[in-house]
Formats: sequence, C-alpha cells, structure tokens
Amino acid sequence: MDVYLWWIGSGPADHELLGTLRRQTEHVFHVTARAWLGHDRPTDSFDPRRQQHSSTRILKWLIESRPRHAAKVAGITDVDLFIPILTFVYGEAQLGGTAAVVSTARLLPDNGFRPSADLLTSRLVKECVHELGHTFGLLHCPLPTCVMARSVNLVQVDAKDPGLCHDCQTRYTEIRDQGHAHHE
Amino acid sequence: MSRERTRILIVDDEEIVRESLSAWLEKDGYTLASAPDGETAIDRIRKERWSILLVDLKMPGIDGLQVLEEAKKVQPEAVAVIMTAYATVDTAVAAMKIGAYDYLVKPFDPEELSLMIQKIVTQQALVRENVLLRKVLKRDYHFRDLISKSPAMQAVFDLARTAARSNSTILILGESGTGKELLARAIYAESTRSQGPFVAVSCAALTETLLESELFGHEKGAFTGAAARRKGKFEMADGGTVFLDEIGDISAKLQLDLLRVLEDRQFFRVGGSESIHVDVRIIAATNRDLQMAVEDGSFREDLFYRLNVIPVHLPPLRDRLEDMPLLVEHFLEQLGAEMNRHVDGAATDAMALLMAHTWPGNVRELRNVLERAMVVASGHVIQAADLGLRRPPCIDGAGSMASLDEVERHHIGRVLHESHGNISQAARTLGIDRATLYNKLRKYQLRKDGEAETEEEGAE
Repeated sequence: MDVYLWWIGSGPADHELLGTLRRQTEHVFHVTARAWLGHDRPTDSFDPRRQQHSSTRILKWLIESRPRHAAKVAGITDVDLFIPILTFVYGEAQLGGTAAVVSTARLLPDNGFRPSADLLTSRLVKECVHELGHTFGLLHCPLPTCVMARSVNLVQVDAKDPGLCHDCQTRYTEIRDQGHAHHE
Repeated sequence: MSRERTRILIVDDEEIVRESLSAWLEKDGYTLASAPDGETAIDRIRKERWSILLVDLKMPGIDGLQVLEEAKKVQPEAVAVIMTAYATVDTAVAAMKIGAYDYLVKPFDPEELSLMIQKIVTQQALVRENVLLRKVLKRDYHFRDLISKSPAMQAVFDLARTAARSNSTILILGESGTGKELLARAIYAESTRSQGPFVAVSCAALTETLLESELFGHEKGAFTGAAARRKGKFEMADGGTVFLDEIGDISAKLQLDLLRVLEDRQFFRVGGSESIHVDVRIIAATNRDLQMAVEDGSFREDLFYRLNVIPVHLPPLRDRLEDMPLLVEHFLEQLGAEMNRHVDGAATDAMALLMAHTWPGNVRELRNVLERAMVVASGHVIQAADLGLRRPPCIDGAGSMASLDEVERHHIGRVLHESHGNISQAARTLGIDRATLYNKLRKYQLRKDGEAETEEEGAE
C-alpha cells in the first residue's frame, strides 16, 4: 500500500520536510510512503469571502488527481484551511478514506515570529500522521500525548508525540488485519 | 465509554453545515445524525433519545427556538446548543430562557466547539454516574415495598424492623393511602412468621354480623344461610399474622370479642361452643384517632391498650414531600413495567404541581395520578397537563394561607363536583376508599355534589 505525500502549497517544496514526513509515515504505519512533486494544484479551493482555502474541496481534488498507484494521498500545503462551520482547521481527512490534507499556515505562532524549522517540521509531522491515521480509520484518542489526540491549539499539538499510543497502535493493527483478511 | 453513548443531532437547513460538522465530530467517536429542518428534528427528538442537540437558530418553517422548546418538553435531559450566524444579545437571551445550554456563532472557533462538547459530555457522564449512585442509595431507602428517604419514614422503617422480630401486637396509624397494609405486609415478611399465612381483613367493609363471622367463623346453622361450618380469618391465620384494617370502625360487641382474642388467643365460632386456640400475631391499622375515640367512649380503652403495644405512625405524604422525586421515579418504573411503557421522568412543571398538591389520598392517590399520566402522556416525559391535577387549591379557592383541613375540604368538594356526585368515581380520583370519603364528607359537611350542606338542607 503506497501513501503519497504531495506538496500542493503555493511556495516551493521543502524536500527535507517531505523526507521527514515520508520516514515518519513509514515508521508509524508500516507502509511505503513516497514524496510526490506533481505540479498540479487545486484550482477551486479558495473562498474569496473567507480568504481561506476549503479543505473539503482540496480533499475532493486530491482524490480525483492522485497518482494512479496511490492507495492514500496526503496533500501538504502552506495555505490557510477551513471547513464551513469552523474558523480554521490544521488539516482534514476522510475517515477510513483515501485523502488527507494538512497545512503549515496555522502551525506558525501568531506572535509574528517564525518557529524554528525543527518545531514547524515536528508540528507538521504530527498533524500529517494524525490526518493519515483518520484515513486508516483511527478516531481521536483521549490520551493527550498520542498523535491521534484532537488538537485545536498549538499547545495541544506540541504536547503530542509523533507516534501512536499503545491502544491506537493495537487498533491500527486490528484495522489493518481486517483489511488484509477482507482482501484475501 | 461516554463518547460511544453520546448521540448528537445536528439541525441545520444548510447541507454543508450538517456535513462538515458531522465529519468533524464523527472523528471523536460520537454517534451523529442530522435533520434539515425543524419538523424533521422534532420528529427525531420525539422518537429517539439524544445527548446533545446542535440547533441552527434561523431555519425556514419551524425555527431553532421552537425546536428547542419542544426538546425541553420531550427530552429535558438532552443538552441543546443554539447555532447562529448572527449573534445578538436578544437571540442569546431568548435561547437561554428556553433552556439552551449555550450558543455558538458561526463559524465556530474549533477550540470553543471542542471545549463545549467535552464539557457537556463530561457533565452527562457525571449525571449518569449520579443516577447509578442514586440507584445504589435507593436500596437503602427501601423497606420491602415501601420507599422513603424522609427521616420520619426512616424512623418508621427502623421501628418496624425491630417490631417485626417480636411477637407483639402492632398498631399502625395513618391516613388513608399512606401504606398501612404495605407496612403490615413488610413487617410480616420480615418476621419469623413469614412462612405462615398473612390474612388481611378490612373491618370497615362489612356489617357487624358478617365481620364477626368473617373473623371467627361459624358453625353450621349458626344463622340463616350458614349451610356449613366455616373457618374464620383467625383460624386461617394460625401460625401467621392477621391484619385488621380500619380497626377503629368496629362495633362495641366486636371490640369485646376482639379483646378476648387478644387476651387469651382463643375465641368461639359464631354459634359454636368449642373454644378455639390460635397462634396469631395481630397487626391492626386505622386512620382514626383512637385516643380520641377512647375519650369520647366510642372505642374500648382496654382494647386500645391491648392494640397499642407498638404504635407506628405513618406520616401523610404532604409531610414528607422530600420523597416526591423518589416516589415518582419508583412508581414510573413500577408502572412502566406493568404497562410495558417507558417514561423517563416528570418535567419540572409537572414535579412542581405534584409538590404543590395536598395529597388527601396520600401515596395511593399519587400512584393513581401517575398511572393516569402514563396512559395519557405522549412523550418520554410526564408533563403537568398529563397529571390531570388542578393547580394548587390555594391559588383558586381556599386562600393562600388556608389550613390543611380547608384545603382538603375544598379539594374533595371540587372532585365530587367534577364527578357529578359519584362517590365511587370521586374516591378513585382521590385515591381513597369509599368509607374514608364518606367519613370526610361527614367531617366537612359536604353533600354528594360537592356543595357544602346548609342548616336548612339537613344531613345527607
């Protein structure tokens, strides 16, 4: 099962960042992950009224535009994301589906200072693994240090580890085994 | 786990709102459903149980406030949050007045939504825990089929438990409907005689001759129609317990006969000459003031002292109103099982009405009122209108500072009037027996149509 990590941001791709994401994805989910540098970008995700990009529209676009061999695809972007009912989201994913999207836009502190590259990478890795976890069917975890814990602010993001807790790991293994059994 | 039990209904006319909110909340593991309009929402609220309602304020047709109003009636335990695109103080105040938990302005800050849902779920988990703890606690409030947490009734239970272990005669005193027979049965069940028979006799229901024969039995040919020898209740109860209800209403002759039984545990059948010995424990009960009856000469003093070995006073329901929620819950559970119908509880205004009622028929009347309410209630919760009770008499009749007697007189009068003078029907509504109602009519000088008697019209 190949997971594609696709840079779809407005700026240039950060290869080092994509490499870290790829390694962590493979480490957590035991899958083959690939950094994808396709030049296509979502065209209808920008909402002029909100001056933000609709994460739901990006998900639809990712499903339609994903590389042929991608079992799952995670769009990595730098634009500010929203869903209609919320002021912003760090990312969005289809629960038990194919696509996820995460953004660096809100992972920067609002004091105007840019965080260190390591801190930004660490936050993005957590949010990307989190959203990919949803595509594998994992729900939010009540343990604040688990990567699957819901985080609605940066303090909560920073409190998380980049990996699954024991319970979520067990649940992920069950889901994967069920999937294998289903395919056999 | 509380998340799995949490059922959230999203009510919004915008599909995109319903979808994005559902998608966001489903990742927390909640059970979600949505309704596109007020009509569908009300239908789903009536049919299914919900933990949280997220309701859009402005919708075509039935709006959010109307949905909230209905939800509060049908499922008061569901927490409702109003969603609005335009936050005004007026709408917020209106929503809160109807009972909304809070309101959210669209689009929501994710942290605000997350915190609110978490807070509600935690509160509901505490409520569930509280219900469980109350159930555990309720076991301590039971004495067999009687239930109470009032200190007065707890004292009665303690005394009854102690008395049950003895063989002494017990006199239960209390108004009609307070549970005198239930207490007698509970004492019997707790006693060492519980393997023997429990025989109950209502002394007020029979004429003197019939009661005599009923209690002591008769020999063949003892009176016209006595075709065969028949055992009386005392013989039937040999080795067990006899419960003599309405003992204050027996004739002077029977008082004497009973005195002999109490003194010697022996008696003669009607028309018989053979002395019969029995081993019975006597529990007597009355709603009359026997001390007063002794003073006015209508009840034998020696019999009173024989009966009054262990007096137990059952307080009327109006003196233990703290038991009302417990009793309502108990009866709704009991009646629900009998009627195969589930009701969650009583709405706040229904409970207020129950607390304000004077309950001349006591717990029996309460059970009857709740039985009626369960039959007529259309939702999961008993509403004030389902009870069939009038607003408190003090509001529309006897005056706000009326005495209990005045209130009772007024209430009985009105029930009789509503029943068109039908004594049986009025007694049923009041939850008391006909004999008690007749006594009260005499006491309050009321006519069968509920009007007060006048000097000119004379008695009955």
